[in-house]
Amino acid sequence: MAGQRLLMKGTEAIAEAAIRAGCHHFFGYPITPQTEIPEYMSVRLPPLGGTYLQAESEVAAINMLYGAGGAGVRVMTSSSSPGVALMSEGFSYLVGAEVPAVIVNIMRGGPGLGNIAPAQGDYLEMTRGFGHGDMHAIVLAPSTVQEAVDVMGLAFDLADEYRNPVVVIGDGLLGQMMEPVSFPDTEPKVFDKPWATTGKAKSRPRNITNSLYLDADQLEAHVRDLDVKFQRMDVEQRAECWMTDDHPEIVIVAYGTMARIAKTAIRQLRAKGLSVGLYRPITAWPFPSRALEPLVEPTRAFLTVEMSLGQLVQDIRAQVGRRRPVSFYGRAGGVVPTVEEIISQVELLHASLAAA
Amino acid sequence: MIEPLATDEKVVFERTEVLTDHALHYCPGCTHGIAHRLIAEVIEEMDIQDRTIGVCPVGCSVLAYQYFDVDIQQAAHGRAPAVATGIRRVLPPDRYVFTYQGDGDLASIGMGEILHAANRGEKITVIFLNNAIYGMTGGQMAPTTLPGQKTTTSPFGRDTAQTGHPIRMCEMLNTLVEPVLIARGSLSSPKGINRAKKLIRQAFELQHQGFTFVELLSTCPTGWGITPTDAVKWLDRNMTPFFPLQVFREPGAMPDASHKYAPDLKVRDEA
Ligand code: SF4
Repeated sequence: MAGQRLLMKGTEAIAEAAIRAGCHHFFGYPITPQTEIPEYMSVRLPPLGGTYLQAESEVAAINMLYGAGGAGVRVMTSSSSPGVALMSEGFSYLVGAEVPAVIVNIMRGGPGLGNIAPAQGDYLEMTRGFGHGDMHAIVLAPSTVQEAVDVMGLAFDLADEYRNPVVVIGDGLLGQMMEPVSFPDTEPKVFDKPWATTGKAKSRPRNITNSLYLDADQLEAHVRDLDVKFQRMDVEQRAECWMTDDHPEIVIVAYGTMARIAKTAIRQLRAKGLSVGLYRPITAWPFPSRALEPLVEPTRAFLTVEMSLGQLVQDIRAQVGRRRPVSFYGRAGGVVPTVEEIISQVELLHASLAAA
Repeated sequence: MIEPLATDEKVVFERTEVLTDHALHYCPGCTHGIAHRLIAEVIEEMDIQDRTIGVCPVGCSVLAYQYFDVDIQQAAHGRAPAVATGIRRVLPPDRYVFTYQGDGDLASIGMGEILHAANRGEKITVIFLNNAIYGMTGGQMAPTTLPGQKTTTSPFGRDTAQTGHPIRMCEMLNTLVEPVLIARGSLSSPKGINRAKKLIRQAFELQHQGFTFVELLSTCPTGWGITPTDAVKWLDRNMTPFFPLQVFREPGAMPDASHKYAPDLKVRDEA
């Protein structure tokens, strides 16, 4: 079916894209709203000779990823906010021991048990290292089903390239949405993994998957090495600037599902004669500052819109500083800002700029 | 000057090559070193060093990865059976995967992982060192601490009314259908050590048939606050009566898994 366009649900497209990226091993625990991913894997992987295993908990699942990733295979799990939170210890071990793996977080309303409605409340949790210790991981935030397919392949490549886990964040809307998608024709990249614990051949010293360094100087050296790697990841910044070529007066900032809704609002605002564009981070970490920078000067004001109460906006304010006003509009608890709400926010902002 | 060996002298003992030259960090009189050597000897005797992947825990044996000369992973506290599951499920079936865990790691924080790995019948060998105390953190109460036993967090002796009785892991795992070997040995005497080695060997040999579990009663003279010689006596006198040295499960003594009930399995689309 390569090349051909298929109508697929977000969650199933994510699963299929992972398989085509060479991931034949999945460990996970059911949680709404992403359970179609494990369900899909449980059908597809066994005939491929791969592994689908329902773990006893998210804690076990992430540690199964550690074992499997350490043994050198492409491996993933998927979960949703509270389940992902349970994985944070194991995630830190993956980073510390430099084990590649991919974790999909289909975010839902929080805090606590919250609800199962779509939300973006895990942005800060995911982008600030998501685990104890000095650490980071690349976070990809697709906004369409096709883009979700594309970033899954990228996620596995980046995980192997940097020997670091990669996170893909979405929300229940993206997961449930059906859209036409096409899968890449290319064979998955194969990375050499001489460090994997596959059984010590007589010809080489043993391989150790480990994050323990009892000696403070040794641990500092290790953390500094990791930090150099995190800095190298800066080249992976990705963002979309949409309808910004004509230097709009207002730039909306949004990612994931929220960016789709913002695009609809922008089309309608432009039809009304307002000058509006979109800046959309695709890598939530590293934060795509290079794409934002050229927008700061020509833009009169920014409006960040989120399905959370002001998380992404912190990164925007940190970069824009006092150069331009950055306003914010967000809903939480699984309530999604509507096209109308965004339009009225932009109109208010436009009016205040006109009055100024 | 050291005289070379006369040619008619016979080498009667050599250290196993499956242990590295790294000096062990364990306290004098601790039985961890013995357990390490038994496992390493079994790996050498079975000639599976190149096909063995170990998983070590958090606890006194957190540094075990330095000692075994095999590919090895260091796991988060209690999660070794999950890590081993990940390794076992993705590597070729001729590999041998073992975990090495203490009682705090396996019977407390890692209880969920060990039970479910056993219940799935993961084809791994778990070596469980039970010394009735948390050694690494300095002698706190463990899930296997005996009633009345004093530790730094049960200074008046373990009060079973507050903290329950010690957990018997072998007996608990023996309620499950899948495991193929569940046995408890002791490292308190040469005889016990020989028997322990046989159990470890049996576990590795049966590993490709299913889940194998060997508990080894062990000493922690430091945590117990007594001499190594008193520690082995203390183990025999106090631990063995509560943790009987038995083979609970082995091929030929498997539970009846033929389910005497006939569930109506028609659900969803078949119904
Ligand atoms: S504290 Fe106990 S278990 Fe740990 S190394 Fe010392 S004697 Fe052995």
